[in-house]
Amino acid sequence: MAISFMACHALAGTQSNINSTIYCPSRHQPLVSGRLDVRRICVSMRAAAEKGHTSAASLPGIPRASKLITSAVAAKSEATTSSPSTKPGHEVLLFEALQEGLEEEMEKDPRVCVMGEDVGHYGGSYKVTKGLAEKFGDLRVLDTPIAENSFTGMAIGAAMTGLRPIVEGMNMGFLLLAYNQISNNCGMLHYTSGGQFTIPIVIRGPGGVGRQLGAEHSQRLESYFQSVPGLQMVACSTPYNAKGLMKAAIRSENPVILYEHVLLYNLKERIPDEDYTCCLEKAELVRPGKDVTILTYSRMRHHVLQAAKTLINNGYDPEIIDIISLKPFDLYTIGNSIKKTHRVLIVEECMRTGGIGASLRSSIIDNFWDYLDAPIMCLSSQDVPTPYAGPLEDATVVQPPQIVKAVEQLCQ
Amino acid sequence: MFCMLPAYSPTSTCINVTQNGWFFPLDARTLVLHDRHLTFGLNMASCHAPQASFFPQISPPFSADTSSSPIVSCRFPCRYASLQVSSPSSGTFVPRAEEKTKTERNIFACAATASRLVAEKPAPTKKKTTITKEEGLVLYEDMVLGRSFEDMCAQMYYRGKMFGFVHLYNGQEAVSTGFIKCLKEGDFVCSTYRDHVHALSKGVPARSVMSELFGKATGVCRGQGGSMHMFSKEHGVLGGFAFIGEGIPVATGAAFKSKYEKEVLKNDKVDAVSVAFFGDGTCNNGQFFECLNMAALWKLPIIFVVENNLWAIGMSHIRATSDPNIWKKGPAFGIPGVHVDGMDVLKVREVAIEAIARARRGDGPTLVECETYRFRGHSLADPDELRKPAEKAHYAARDPILALKKYLLQHNLADENELKSIQTRIDEVLEDAVDFAEASPLPPRSQLLENVFADPKGFGIGPDGRYRCEDPSFTAGTAQV
Repeated sequence: MAISFMACHALAGTQSNINSTIYCPSRHQPLVSGRLDVRRICVSMRAAAEKGHTSAASLPGIPRASKLITSAVAAKSEATTSSPSTKPGHEVLLFEALQEGLEEEMEKDPRVCVMGEDVGHYGGSYKVTKGLAEKFGDLRVLDTPIAENSFTGMAIGAAMTGLRPIVEGMNMGFLLLAYNQISNNCGMLHYTSGGQFTIPIVIRGPGGVGRQLGAEHSQRLESYFQSVPGLQMVACSTPYNAKGLMKAAIRSENPVILYEHVLLYNLKERIPDEDYTCCLEKAELVRPGKDVTILTYSRMRHHVLQAAKTLINNGYDPEIIDIISLKPFDLYTIGNSIKKTHRVLIVEECMRTGGIGASLRSSIIDNFWDYLDAPIMCLSSQDVPTPYAGPLEDATVVQPPQIVKAVEQLCQ
Repeated sequence: MFCMLPAYSPTSTCINVTQNGWFFPLDARTLVLHDRHLTFGLNMASCHAPQASFFPQISPPFSADTSSSPIVSCRFPCRYASLQVSSPSSGTFVPRAEEKTKTERNIFACAATASRLVAEKPAPTKKKTTITKEEGLVLYEDMVLGRSFEDMCAQMYYRGKMFGFVHLYNGQEAVSTGFIKCLKEGDFVCSTYRDHVHALSKGVPARSVMSELFGKATGVCRGQGGSMHMFSKEHGVLGGFAFIGEGIPVATGAAFKSKYEKEVLKNDKVDAVSVAFFGDGTCNNGQFFECLNMAALWKLPIIFVVENNLWAIGMSHIRATSDPNIWKKGPAFGIPGVHVDGMDVLKVREVAIEAIARARRGDGPTLVECETYRFRGHSLADPDELRKPAEKAHYAARDPILALKKYLLQHNLADENELKSIQTRIDEVLEDAVDFAEASPLPPRSQLLENVFADPKGFGIGPDGRYRCEDPSFTAGTAQV
């Protein structure tokens, strides 16, 4: 199923790399700087796209791009698990998909409630909880004071005594303040209580490097929380898996951290009308191939897909897997892929040190050493606090040309 | 060392309990003086307060000089108001009223060395007994159980039956018994690492607690928690936490669930309250203040009980806290702050009954500061060298169990034989608990990986395509995760 992007080109001289995908800032997003000219372009581009222009090159003001396969996924037959529905489905943006999943679960089970800063009357800083407070009331969609450690602990206490809360971190980075509760109580309490109390909590929020948000709003919490025993971590990357993972996380008896990405909230996709969930422990085969296994998640999936267009045009056949489950890893899907391709490239947004990629690499070596024909390459962000300046920020994060080069190197 | 009480404007309420018609008995013997610290209270009986709102009102200072502070004064004459401090009996207690400035005379609560007060032996007032015989014996038995259990713990620890950090509750039994014996089934208790006695008071069998301490599979947490993590779903004990302050949000969450159940799930029969126990050191922690705010904001059915034993390991409460009056911090959030003598179980009980009733009615949280003391060190590893012998002696004289015993005998609610038989019975319970714990098996290896996840699918899918928890080595506990 093709995933169509809103492709905007940022003016004002910050971006010169046309291969990178730039996401149109939503009109709702409060963090967008006052670059009204970008927004206008995006709005006009969206309108143009709806009129039928599909090629970026045909739009005004966009430099002509060389012949590109517009979708890395459509090149192969539909062997993906993205969307098995045969019904027409409906188009949603990713944040709407999350909202749908949340709303459906709240309707189904009255014990499901949301807690977080500005989730109620404000509708969520990324509009994931928009309209829910009006529908379900102020107690079910609770606007908390700015006290992450305490309201996360409160959610844990409520979960222990029978509710199913969803804690929203306005930005995942803020949950560093809740690390005490997440590590000690969320992760470990089920064990230290000898299995007496379950904590069916979902902790979710946007993380990752955004568009010049500064170092503190650009953190990758998955690397910090991955060591906490007793937690499951999943990362969504498309509207389809966002809704599916949200629902699965809410239904799970385990504490689950659902990582969203600041820049992916406006991805559009057609998702099924019927009720569905995604498995919390399974990886997603995005594109089958035979030359190299590219393991990725969240925003980097889209960078990989972008790079894949180039790679396919250059004759490579990458197998792309979105690992989805950051903890635990789906060693079956990953292993099957490695057994086929014998080469692994991990593309992630975490820092080089102690990131998901580091753990994944170690896990692959433990389990699939004999199947490797080349060292595992891991492309991660630099161990640098994310700078504000645009070019520097881009340099800290993995870009599609780096991915192309890495694959070429691996396949030599 | 001179310390000014903070000034209050006449419109601000330093204790707004009076608005709720609250009153609570305080014993003047809660007057304890330390450098820069003063707590005060009134003996209700001695003041014969005719109405509910007797508690120190804010009223104009005696002098016309309104710029002076402090301006708290009492409406009713207090027997102790004119007590002057003599020269200190030990370095711990520093006379405060020696400075006879104009502002000093305005201070209602006067200083006195507590030892003097104890020695003074005020004339026994003929007040009605506040408890029945059955209630009295229940309280006595619970406190004796707590004390004997902790003494047995110490013995077992030094015999090498239990390890790690063990924090004993000796001396503080009145707080646990006073509050928890007023709760009913369905209520929740949340504690800290000093949690053995809270668990026992709530109803967890001594056998289960002792087994847990021994690390046996029959322990209340299957041996996986240990001394600092006593949990019981059956009895509503939400832990047992090693980090201070950690349990307060959990208790707040349980209270939130009560409110949610009533208002969202429309279950009117629910009126569970939560009681969070924590110490003086915790009252400088962010989670304390954050939870006071949230509980007050949403009127959660919770009681915050501060077991102020004046010491956080080796850190004196006075050295750590800018305003050591913890009960005063409640009104800052719109919560009544109550200060009570935590060495007197009957006083604690009276406060508890009122606070719990308040919470059940839906009137919101209460902050109760119990002045108490631990007779032992912070833990069994603490040499306890910093506390002065005079201070320890002072509180040893106020042993809550002896005080209740005296009360029961004085008011003919029990006789010596009954109390002795209670002690004997408790001793048997403990012997049985130790025997049970000794005889219980250690957890088998297979238990290692259980309970990490409520849904063991959380361990993920292995290379062979099956969920790892289906692997036999997993259930044997030998898989490497």
